[in-house]
Amino acid sequence: MTVISAKSPFARGLVDGIPIALGYLSVSFGLGIITVRSGLTPLTAVIISATNLTSAGQAAGIAIIAAGGSYIEMALTQLVINLRYGLMGLSLSQKLDDTFNTPRRLLVSFGITDEIFAVASAQKGKITARYMYGMILIAAFGWSLGTFLGAAAGQLLPTSLSNAMGIMLYAMFVAIVIPPAKKSRSVLAVAVTAALCSLIFKYVLTAVSGGFAIIISAVLAATVGALVFPVADDDKEDAAS
Amino acid sequence: MSIVIYIAVMAGVTYLIRMIPFTAFRKQIKSRFFRSFLYYVPYAVLSAMTVPAIFYSTGNLTTAVIGTAVAIILAYFDMPLIVVALSACAAALAAGFLIR
Repeated sequence: MTVISAKSPFARGLVDGIPIALGYLSVSFGLGIITVRSGLTPLTAVIISATNLTSAGQAAGIAIIAAGGSYIEMALTQLVINLRYGLMGLSLSQKLDDTFNTPRRLLVSFGITDEIFAVASAQKGKITARYMYGMILIAAFGWSLGTFLGAAAGQLLPTSLSNAMGIMLYAMFVAIVIPPAKKSRSVLAVAVTAALCSLIFKYVLTAVSGGFAIIISAVLAATVGALVFPVADDDKEDAAS
Repeated sequence: MSIVIYIAVMAGVTYLIRMIPFTAFRKQIKSRFFRSFLYYVPYAVLSAMTVPAIFYSTGNLTTAVIGTAVAIILAYFDMPLIVVALSACAAALAAGFLIR
């Protein structure tokens, strides 16, 4: 049984997606709380989570809905905050196996998130659509379920706990960046550069909005990384593994 | 302002950003600079998103710093994502009770 499931790419995707789903469960719980506090129903909260699958984008979008902002503002905010998914999709498009046709790409692109991207790009060699389906399915389920639970039961939690839960999403990001930064000085340099840029935007160049600050910091740091530490040609390694 | 249109705009824009580059790019990118750039993007994005936002994530600087320290230490020892996230949350929660 375990031997068979270990061979099926879909099952491997499901298994690799479990930690993501568990992380999402707790993070989206907090998002569910925020959504209901902003005056939306639990059903609306779940629909937003199931159709968007993006933490920062949803948090910003919910704030715009609550403030009665314009549709243009909504579109622009989502564009800026989620632009990184475009870069991630571009990066991931280089790792797809030959059977990844257009319908499969259309489906899988829905599930490109920070964590799914991080896990998928850490895979040795090419990735298949079935592997991505497994990972996205369980992660999206965890994200939607957590949102529902937070929306339905969040008010029952003490404030001290819901405050502390706010750190989980970022702690997960820390856990994605630190291990490769420990092994590679170039990754460390890029991460530190991005963090320094982000700090400058937060405390000095305060006129730049949060979404733009992230995009500019990331593009700047990745450009510096690419110029100073160009990566080796690893195509042969990929093909062999 | 309709909630349905808000959600449609939100989900539509987010999907298009993900879909267009992922679907349109068929060839292997030859440029070494561009491949290097794409390799560094996820680390740069996550790092910029985390700093300094993580220090504001609990509504209290002290509890956030303690939670962050726990996250960094556990991440350094290659703990799984979920362990790091839950421990940081638990540390921030415990710190909140202690400093009150």
